[in-house]
Amino acid sequence: MYGLGVLKGLGITLKHFFRTFSDEVKWSAKGGRYYNDDALAVRQSLKTEGAITVMYPEEKLEAPERFRFVPFLVMDDPATGQKAGKDWCTSCGICAKVCPPQCIWIERGKLPNGRPKPEPLNFYIDIDICMNCGYCAEFCPFDAIKMDHDFEIASYDRSAAHIHDKERLSKPISYWRSIAPGRAADEEQARIEEEEKKKKKKRK
Amino acid sequence: MAETTIEVLENEAPAMDPVEAAVSALKEQFPELTDDARPNYSGLMVPADKLLEVAQNLRDEQGFNYLSSVTGVDLIDDGKLEVVYHTYNLDKGGSSVVLKTQVERDNPNVPSLVPLWPGADFQEREAYDLLGINFEGHPDLRRILMWDGFEGYPLRKDWKEAYYEEDHKPFGSRWPGGEVFRAEERNLYGKNVAYPRGWMPQNLDADTDDEIYAGMSVNRPKSKTDIRTDQVTVNIGPQHPSTHGVFRMVVTMDGETVLKLKPVMGYLHRNHEKIGERNTFLGNIPYTDRLDYISSMSNNHGYVLAIEKLLGSQVPERAEWIRILMVELTRIVNHLWSIGFLINDLGAFQTAMLYLTIERELVLDFFEAAAGSRMMCNYMRFGGLAFDLPREVRGQETTAFLDELVHTRLPKILDELDTFLTGNEIVRERSVGIGKMTREQAISYSTCGPMLRASGVQYDVRRAEPYSYYDQLDFDIPVRYNGDVWDRYMVRVMEMHESLRILRQVLPHLKATKGGSILDGKPQYNVRIPKGGEAYGRVENPKGELGYYVTAKPKGTNPERYHIRAPSFINLTPLELMSVGHKVADLVVVLGSIDIVLGETDR
Repeated sequence: MYGLGVLKGLGITLKHFFRTFSDEVKWSAKGGRYYNDDALAVRQSLKTEGAITVMYPEEKLEAPERFRFVPFLVMDDPATGQKAGKDWCTSCGICAKVCPPQCIWIERGKLPNGRPKPEPLNFYIDIDICMNCGYCAEFCPFDAIKMDHDFEIASYDRSAAHIHDKERLSKPISYWRSIAPGRAADEEQARIEEEEKKKKKKRK
Repeated sequence: MAETTIEVLENEAPAMDPVEAAVSALKEQFPELTDDARPNYSGLMVPADKLLEVAQNLRDEQGFNYLSSVTGVDLIDDGKLEVVYHTYNLDKGGSSVVLKTQVERDNPNVPSLVPLWPGADFQEREAYDLLGINFEGHPDLRRILMWDGFEGYPLRKDWKEAYYEEDHKPFGSRWPGGEVFRAEERNLYGKNVAYPRGWMPQNLDADTDDEIYAGMSVNRPKSKTDIRTDQVTVNIGPQHPSTHGVFRMVVTMDGETVLKLKPVMGYLHRNHEKIGERNTFLGNIPYTDRLDYISSMSNNHGYVLAIEKLLGSQVPERAEWIRILMVELTRIVNHLWSIGFLINDLGAFQTAMLYLTIERELVLDFFEAAAGSRMMCNYMRFGGLAFDLPREVRGQETTAFLDELVHTRLPKILDELDTFLTGNEIVRERSVGIGKMTREQAISYSTCGPMLRASGVQYDVRRAEPYSYYDQLDFDIPVRYNGDVWDRYMVRVMEMHESLRILRQVLPHLKATKGGSILDGKPQYNVRIPKGGEAYGRVENPKGELGYYVTAKPKGTNPERYHIRAPSFINLTPLELMSVGHKVADLVVVLGSIDIVLGETDR
């Protein structure tokens, strides 16, 4: 029958329409379909039924560990009463060299005798240029630069706010452990193994 | 039960490789042809005055009937410009016969191949635009990506861009004495472009794009009824939702019927190839994501294949399987997206598209967990991958997630799609017989991917010249024969089913290789090509054949020439052919059925 295909199609639209409502009824006893973490987790999984809308900004998707958005520099957790801990960065410059759009500027530290000191004097990232590829974090041999999960960094003044300096970039290691626990633990393990290897070599 | 024996038919004599056969036949007939003698280069050097004859012989006698890629190379050290042609045999498959023509840099005249292959049209215009190669006999040789009145040829090695800093990255100003600056502060707006001598931007009359409108008015005999009617030339785009981006069509119409059409593009041009030649080899991978941003995984794949040919790296088994997994998921995502948009173009706004997007979201969730980004994946590396599969995706263990996705969710949405779109009479009425292209036209216009297969050519790079593990997988190449919008739609639907079939075969391999290595050697950031040379890596992208032509100097850290054969760009060549005679509303549908992404068209 001509037009049957259209009707069947409309049936599917209707199905989608009702699924959202039946899902809403199902969740109504358990805290609602929206603004509810349990419901959001189901809505974003393979079990999702009906509309998959996320009510941003009240609801936010959880970023996976590998999520990457604008790098930050890792430092030790600051001691009580202090603002900053020791930088992990040795200003070796690999991140600046590997960066595809060349958005990283590093001023290497200097010892009083003029020789290079393994820590950055200044570290800038122009986040307008950064393409969030994650190479800096991937190739850093000291785990000193990591990709952040904080994507809500819009500002009114691009000229002042979009070149991140060292102070703005530095975040304590505990922050990295909180946003990517699995990866942080893996890296910790790898560092310990590396250390042991070095010790063994020395003994030999 | 009696044992059954299967007789294997043996070939009488090992058939000569079609490429070798064609090359030796050509050499016999044209003694002036020589091999490209540079180390690690291949192809036939053809004198410019013999090019048309050789190409015609190659097409008609040797069966290499498909001109895939045309590009130029600036050999500044020799004072020459080179044009490189890649031709394929669509019937037998296999590798390419490459023709190369070198001409003097200050007098670069090469005969145009448009009379033989109309598909060379846009590609030759691109080489003229970016390298200044003059194709004699080209019907409409003008700039295609840069604007009219642009000074210079950007891909020549002595051309420098407005924010030029150094020839190659990494730039010396970044480390160790990094003092941050913004490029636009050093080179102020308004002073950052060069114009031809005597040409003033303020004298440009933006309303009269003479070159573009030339030949667009159509003379028509006075109508019999003596009612005065005019043809109207209108611009559709660049800002128009139905052009899928910033794409412009100058259309001459009689009432609602399209009489003539000229595509205008380049609004999103950023000279990707020049950026690529300044970049390190590794630095180009995230840039390839931004070509066809719907299918970044397969863009990565083509590029790493080309560089792996130069490096000679061996990809571990697990990495290959994961690559196929990612690429086939990308194909499904791309086709869901393009069908959704096609339905949008047909006038069924958003509903169908959003239903298809639900499944796309789930796949992108997986990409995000694996690669760190939903669309700009940057996942593949030379000789492997950046990361192994993640432990979990959206709170579910990865293997379980993939199983459920491939065996339950995706088949379900494809069935649903069949019910509510394929069976829909309106979709049929609007697409059957619209935008027709015959088999011969599809081949001569160098179309690729679903466009080619909907016109009756069963050609797929995965089968014709298998890469990765595609020769071990069991899948069919869908083909249809009418070459209209409906067939292109159906080819895409069938391809998704084939992709699912491939994915079902890949999953067990992923389980079997769990814990295996995913990278050949150690991660390296300063990749060097030890011996230099050229390589052409091509993959069957969801939109068609995506090719990367890369050349490198010995121990080079960056490509000397980096060219992309972009399917979205070349598939636009027959747009006028397909849309003349149809209504404007159908023109939008024809464009939608090509499935273009402007990031790749304009590069």
